[in-house]
Amino acid sequence: MSMKSLLLPTRGALLTGVAATALVLSGMVATAETIRWARVGDSLTLDPHSQNEGPTHTLAHHIYETLVERELDGSLSPRLATEWGITDEDDTVWYFTIREGVKFHDGSEMTVEDVVFSLDRARTTPSGMAALHAAVEEVTAVDDTTVHVRLSGPAPLYVQNLTNTFIMSKAWAEANGVAIAPNYAAGEEAYSIRNAMGTGPYTLVERDPEVRTVLRVFEDHWDDAPAVTEIIYTPIAEAATRVAALLSGEVDIVQDVPVQDIARLEQTDGIKVMRGPENRNIFFSYDMSSDRLRSSDAAENPFANPLVREAMSLAIDRNAIQQVVMRGESQPSAAPLPPFVNGWTEEMHVFGDPDLARAGELMTEAGYPNGFTVQLDCPNDRYLNDESICQALVGMLARINVNVNLNAQTRSLHFPLIENWETDFYMLGWGVPTFDSQYVFDFLVHSREGSYGSFNGSRYSNADLDAKIESLATMTDLEARDAVIAEIWEEVINERIFLNVHNQVLAYAMREGVTLDVHPENQPRMTTVTFD
Amino acid sequence: MIAFILRRLAQSVLVMLTVALVAFALFRFVGDPIASMVGQETTLAERAELREALGLNDPFLIQFWNFILRAVQGDFGISYRLQQPVMELILSRLPATLELALVSGVMAFVFGVGFGVYTALNRGGWISGTVMTTSLIGVSLPTFLIGILLIWVFAVELQWLPSFGRGETVYIGNWWRTGLLTESGRASLILPAITLGLYQMTLIMRLVRAEMLEVLRTDYIKFARARGLSNRAVHFGHALKNTLVPVITITGLQMGSIIAFSIITETVFQWPGVGALFINSVRFVDVPVMAAYLMLIALVFVVINLIVDLLYYAVDPRLRVDRANARH
Amino acid sequence: MADFAPADRPNFLARAWDSDIAWSFRHSPLAIVAALVSVLIILAAVLAPWIAPHDPFNPASLNLMDGFTPPMEPNQFTGNLYWLGTDNQGRDVFSTILYGARISLFVGFMAVLFAMVLGITLGLIAGYRGGWIDALLMRVADVQLTFPAILLALLIFGIARGFIPPAMRDAMAIWVLIVAIGLSEWVNYARVVRGATMVEKNKEYVQAARVIGVHPVRILARHILPNVMGPVLVIATIGLALAIIAEATLSFLGVGVPPTQPSLGTLIRIGQGFLFSGEWWILLFPSITLLALALSVNLLGDWLRDALNPRLR
Repeated sequence: MSMKSLLLPTRGALLTGVAATALVLSGMVATAETIRWARVGDSLTLDPHSQNEGPTHTLAHHIYETLVERELDGSLSPRLATEWGITDEDDTVWYFTIREGVKFHDGSEMTVEDVVFSLDRARTTPSGMAALHAAVEEVTAVDDTTVHVRLSGPAPLYVQNLTNTFIMSKAWAEANGVAIAPNYAAGEEAYSIRNAMGTGPYTLVERDPEVRTVLRVFEDHWDDAPAVTEIIYTPIAEAATRVAALLSGEVDIVQDVPVQDIARLEQTDGIKVMRGPENRNIFFSYDMSSDRLRSSDAAENPFANPLVREAMSLAIDRNAIQQVVMRGESQPSAAPLPPFVNGWTEEMHVFGDPDLARAGELMTEAGYPNGFTVQLDCPNDRYLNDESICQALVGMLARINVNVNLNAQTRSLHFPLIENWETDFYMLGWGVPTFDSQYVFDFLVHSREGSYGSFNGSRYSNADLDAKIESLATMTDLEARDAVIAEIWEEVINERIFLNVHNQVLAYAMREGVTLDVHPENQPRMTTVTFD
Repeated sequence: MIAFILRRLAQSVLVMLTVALVAFALFRFVGDPIASMVGQETTLAERAELREALGLNDPFLIQFWNFILRAVQGDFGISYRLQQPVMELILSRLPATLELALVSGVMAFVFGVGFGVYTALNRGGWISGTVMTTSLIGVSLPTFLIGILLIWVFAVELQWLPSFGRGETVYIGNWWRTGLLTESGRASLILPAITLGLYQMTLIMRLVRAEMLEVLRTDYIKFARARGLSNRAVHFGHALKNTLVPVITITGLQMGSIIAFSIITETVFQWPGVGALFINSVRFVDVPVMAAYLMLIALVFVVINLIVDLLYYAVDPRLRVDRANARH
Repeated sequence: MADFAPADRPNFLARAWDSDIAWSFRHSPLAIVAALVSVLIILAAVLAPWIAPHDPFNPASLNLMDGFTPPMEPNQFTGNLYWLGTDNQGRDVFSTILYGARISLFVGFMAVLFAMVLGITLGLIAGYRGGWIDALLMRVADVQLTFPAILLALLIFGIARGFIPPAMRDAMAIWVLIVAIGLSEWVNYARVVRGATMVEKNKEYVQAARVIGVHPVRILARHILPNVMGPVLVIATIGLALAIIAEATLSFLGVGVPPTQPSLGTLIRIGQGFLFSGEWWILLFPSITLLALALSVNLLGDWLRDALNPRLR
């Protein structure tokens, strides 16, 4: 501590003067109701259906609204729909009762026509939301307040897919030539990309992509007026600059706080940190089906051998990763899904201490007493400390003679490796927006065919399991369905398809006097901000 | 004269074509644009469709030819990432970069010439020695580190200057967004301008010093002294004046590199200019923006080169094409 | 470099000692200090495997629990003590700096060598032959200037990723860096050499050599090259500092050597993430080393420039 304090002198003392010195930076002083909000990246587009992507939805939730709202505990609550359910007559039809007296920002009233239009727009390619509505066959307005959605079969969890599907004005969309979601390939820009008009609590005042977006409170909003009346949203890509902006009082809330700065920020006068678990877990997986690995010197595929997979799970020290790499800001877990999700159990989560001796024996037993080499592909700008976690794993596996070459790169280069089956061993993080295990199985466990298994980089293929996964989509008896989910998980865990590390914990840092709770999907709402 | 200009123009066009080819060709290998454009959940079939629609399946030369045809008309297509015409995007970010480059260029020039003259006239003095040595520290640390240290000291600890962005901006005309007319805009400019200009300042300072020392030894100056002119008149009226031609040339030529090197400064300070736009585009493999940016940089270089060539030609026809020696 | 005395010329040392350069060196305290610092860092880097207390490039020897140990304080979990502390992976900062400097210097020297060979060759050809080859090469140089090292490296990394098989990428990364940095520096050498060649080739002794049928390569090597060695040496020295900084910058942008085998630049990139969190040593020590190295090399280059310019003496 002694030398630390020499170099970073008494920030506390310096920051007590924040209020006073901030006045010097005239024009940057916020009124009590303005929130200056910074995060690492910007929303990709303001179009409500064009992209299925976290930061894009986060901003959209302030301007547009969805039929149902995901609460912090994962449950659903009414938003533009006041009631919903499966109709008694037909178990393939969902009904939604639309809230009355909702106004768009241009003053027009929201009608069922707008809802039908929006759901149709969202499910029509090139909308980025189409995959979530693939089972929808028809959307109809049955009366002035009710909308029916008919699906290709029984879909007991369909409403879970609606938490990011926004409602827009049919008249506005048609008047501005954006009746269908804009396509990247269209070769012309679309009005809805940088203009927005919804029913949400805020109206768009200024949009300068990647620089600044300004929102102001919508006076005629149907819900209670939020405490925040103006939002200035600024993406700041560099971690050090982002933290500096908060420390120097230029922003009020920083959403993507580097783990190593959390403790320091907490100790800083005038700044506080809110934290909470994210609905996302981080794991490694490997090609366990090919005959040979592309990056390995081993004659056969070592990952195909269950003993090797077991040895690796004994070599990984999840607690060390949590304590050092994540500075305590993670939930180590053997379960390859976050606790929020239907299908998670306490038993899946449990893991033992690393046992290098036993791991070494297993490696010898498997025929690799001298280990083997392999490349690990890792993103370096996607998850919290992704590259450092991979680096730590390299050290841990080196102790059982698995000689790992680390290839860490940007996410746009990393993910195609998994999708194109060009990696032997990789890191992936998975969030579950539907809060149900089926989402995990569909993308990560089912054999790759059609829309299934697009992120199944392990090439794992099990016909039995595939059939079970497919059956989940239409099972209406939820208890029986949960039993099938448990069966699938048992098999997945026994096979060690995933080498799980932890569930991510999110931290938002903000100036004292402002409170914003962590959102499990990392989609915070400024409407929930409170001022002391 | 006309033949010379034509030849030079033809060469410039050739240079531009080469840059275009390099830019376009190489960035096709940086990564898969589709992967960065769609979410994790998009199906393989949808991806294939998008790939076809974007023309990414066409033969390479056809893609390049189409690119050139459109580029000549100022049409670089639509940014994959921001879904906005690239030209419009670049024009909206250009003022930020040009203001930054201009301010750091002027700063580098003024301080560079000042320090250069001082150290040349007071060679051997301890102040000169200190200036020369500390200026070397500026070029011995990576730009990003200097930027971060400046933020740490002046924004976080002292809280004198903003740590990121341009502050308040106002429009001049329809599209030129300036930060020079507001107080917070000017305050925001200081740290990035220092970071960006430090290297150029050192360069100019050293050049001025060397040129000054050179000129001060010439007979011309000796005669001037012999004529009884004051030191002041000799130093500034004669020596500096003679020094300035190559210095201004070099500074002009450096403007191109300043714009190119603003990539790092803009990244560190979240400066909303074309450099930051470029590096973000590289991360997302936004080919149209990357290609357009490289073409823009090339154009700036080529135009500056051309002007310098023509000026040299106008000033001294004997030099003709050969100015290689003049600019080291 | 050229100070080593061949064994068969015992009076070489004495002559070197009396030379103008050596005289200038002896009378420039700054140059002496700079030379000492450079030599010290270079020696430490070369001898890293023998003097470093740990091998940070051997992942099996690392204990993650040693991570973030402050300098001269025992680790809270393991009780291990490190002079300069450890980084986020439990690597000894002192050892990492030694090994990192080794990589930075290797990249620097190789990039300079590459640029020098390429630049001198092309400069000689352009200056000696003139005509369209000269015009072409100088236009290429113009294009080259359009792409500063950073852009060029991003481009080269792009191609390299496309063509180098994944298993070899780590091993190739360092060569890609060298080529990228080297390619962006050759123009300086080429310009100087070209200029000098154009002047020299019209001198009578060169003309005479030509007339009696001496091979052009021989003329270039024997008569022209020695005349440009001074400026080339200056460019090379400053180029070395530039290359080391360029490597660091590229590492910051994420296109550098793999993080498991960090260079000084990579260490600084890692360390800057801990600027606000209190682990100042991870940033400070590599930065000081880089600064000391680049500064002393720059100072040497500076001194060399003045010393080789007789009019300034």
